[in-house]
Amino acid sequence: MAADPIVQVRDLSKLYRQGDIDVTALNHVSVDIQPAEFVVLMGPSGSGKSTLLHIIAGIDRPTSGDVLVQGINVGNLSESDLATWRNQYVGFVFQSFNLIPVLTAAENVELPLLLTRLDRKSRKEQVQAALELVGLGDRLHHRPDQLSGGQQQRVAIARALVTDPVLIVADEPTGNLDAKSASDVLDILRSLSSRSGKTVIMVTHDPKAAGYGTRSLHLEKGEIVA
Amino acid sequence: MRGGTTGIEWLVLVGLVAAGVGAVWGLATLAGLPIQYNVRNVLVRWRSSLTTILGIGAVVAVFVVLQAVARGIEASSGNTGDDRNVLVVRRGSQAESGSLVTREHFKTLSYMEEIARNEAGQPLISAEVIMIVSVPRVDGTGEANTLLRGLTARGMELRPQVSLVEGRWFEPGKREIVVAQRLAKRFQGFELGGTVKAGLTRLKVVGHFDAGGSAFDSEAWMDSDECRAIFERDQYSSILLRPRDTNAMTVLTNRIDTDKRLALRAEGEVQYYKGQTVTAAPIKIIAGLLGVAMSIGAVFAAMNTMYASVASRTREVGTLRVIGYSRKSVVVCFLIEGACLAALGGIFGCALARLTDGFSTGTLDFQSFAETVFQFQVTPMLMAKGLLFAVVIGVVGSLLPALRAARIPVISALKSV
Ligand SMILES: Nc1ncnc2c1ncn2[C@@H]1O[C@H](COP(=O)(O)OP(=O)(O)OP(=O)(O)O)[C@@H](O)[C@H]1O
Ligand SMILES: [Mg+2]
Repeated sequence: MAADPIVQVRDLSKLYRQGDIDVTALNHVSVDIQPAEFVVLMGPSGSGKSTLLHIIAGIDRPTSGDVLVQGINVGNLSESDLATWRNQYVGFVFQSFNLIPVLTAAENVELPLLLTRLDRKSRKEQVQAALELVGLGDRLHHRPDQLSGGQQQRVAIARALVTDPVLIVADEPTGNLDAKSASDVLDILRSLSSRSGKTVIMVTHDPKAAGYGTRSLHLEKGEIVA
Repeated sequence: MRGGTTGIEWLVLVGLVAAGVGAVWGLATLAGLPIQYNVRNVLVRWRSSLTTILGIGAVVAVFVVLQAVARGIEASSGNTGDDRNVLVVRRGSQAESGSLVTREHFKTLSYMEEIARNEAGQPLISAEVIMIVSVPRVDGTGEANTLLRGLTARGMELRPQVSLVEGRWFEPGKREIVVAQRLAKRFQGFELGGTVKAGLTRLKVVGHFDAGGSAFDSEAWMDSDECRAIFERDQYSSILLRPRDTNAMTVLTNRIDTDKRLALRAEGEVQYYKGQTVTAAPIKIIAGLLGVAMSIGAVFAAMNTMYASVASRTREVGTLRVIGYSRKSVVVCFLIEGACLAALGGIFGCALARLTDGFSTGTLDFQSFAETVFQFQVTPMLMAKGLLFAVVIGVVGSLLPALRAARIPVISALKSV
């Protein structure tokens, strides 16, 4: 008997209008994701992987259908409630890291915590813990341009997990990394799901990366085919 | 007196700056973004930041200096005269220089019993002549009109704020003059021992006086009757007198004003000089127009900088939004940045303007067409105004860029390079 799914995608569609033609990015997608699963999204370019990830993470809105995360219908939230929801429920990891260049590693990781009620001391402790978890406990005061790509991506992961969200989503997190850095990052993501019980959804083109997941979903032309 | 008020003004300035810093800190906390994020972004883009700071600084400096000029002119006429003195001119004339008062007038007034007397028992009344003398400027930019006042020993007693700082007072009949020190600096021949042409003769400078920033700082003084003789004038320009008390002052002023045969006008000396501040009006108008024109320019400069900053940070904004920062936070963030940038410009501008504090120069008095000397007064209050002006420029200039940054949908922001 499976536990209640943490993410429920129901009949989700996303259409883009380009001039006269409609581009269907997602076509009636339904899928359930269980807690602590490490789901890998694969598929050819343009198949709708990023679109699905964005809608689940509450940074894009569907044309029709629903996404429920822990029972909350994400599509029904107002713009500002959605921002707060993202802060509490989701950690996002980008292909190109997206760290703030003028802030140090610690300051970048602290950003999501500044929106919480935590005091300064507990923020510092959580930042320290998150950076230690990704093996960068000694790089607190480095700026992004003083870090390698792999290190930057690990800072980004620390930023994604520092608020202790239920969901970590990653869009091609190893796309810009060499093999060694990529496997470091993938190890961290895998241990987040297996040890910390986080639900991880990752988009990737790399079959080797896909091997780290507990389940693979294949998208083609906006539909889940396997 | 000035020390006391400026002390309070400094407090106001410090208070304003503290309030500004507090407001920024409070807003930054509200927006959630650390203030060092703004500070470092300003520093990272130091080239465009510096250009904006210098630009806004220049505008603020001009704004503050123009106001300091207006203030200086007002102060020089505002603090002239003695509360106890009454100035009498011909009815219908706006200024001393255009007025004519006869010797009979002088005699009639001298006998009025309401007039105070000095220790020697002489009535404190002085018949004076105002002449205009053209003197070459020190900087070689040609000649300018200066005011030459002929007055009596009583006239000097009536003006205790004027004191000799160099040389000696003039002796009647010897073609001698004493010149305001501030005026002397600006004209050739006004140095001690120098001479200037007046009518058909030359006058020798035997002393310099200081009039404490009053209108007399724009004058040269000599004996009254000698002055009339040199310029072949029968009549005086004005009469300065001191009534015994305030009661006598009212009585005397009323009597002079209402006596149809006299056709004279009597006014408190202080009020008279306050009424002469018209010269500050054109400068205030210019300051206003220039202020408006320049602040529009400065707003566009700030806007340009902030638009560029927003454009290069679009993806950063998208990232912040994904993390949970609201549109409001983004707006506040860019407003704070624009305001801080402008405030730095304001501080620079005020510092620049402050360098001119106490600097004295001349302007044309539009009634006598003589040069009036006044001091720039860059007071803390003016600097506070300048700072506020800068911050307003910054906030207005960054409003549209900030709104643009906040309006971009998260997804498009993330996709921008
Ligand atoms: N803003 C947009 N306007 C129009 N069409 C869009 C837009 N964003 C995405 N699409 C279209 O939606 C489809 C799905 O795009 P999506 O980015 O989800 O693909 P993807 O599977 O992530 O591809 P890739 O592997 O290249 O990242 C594509 O056909 C794309 O052209
Ligand atoms: Mg994609």
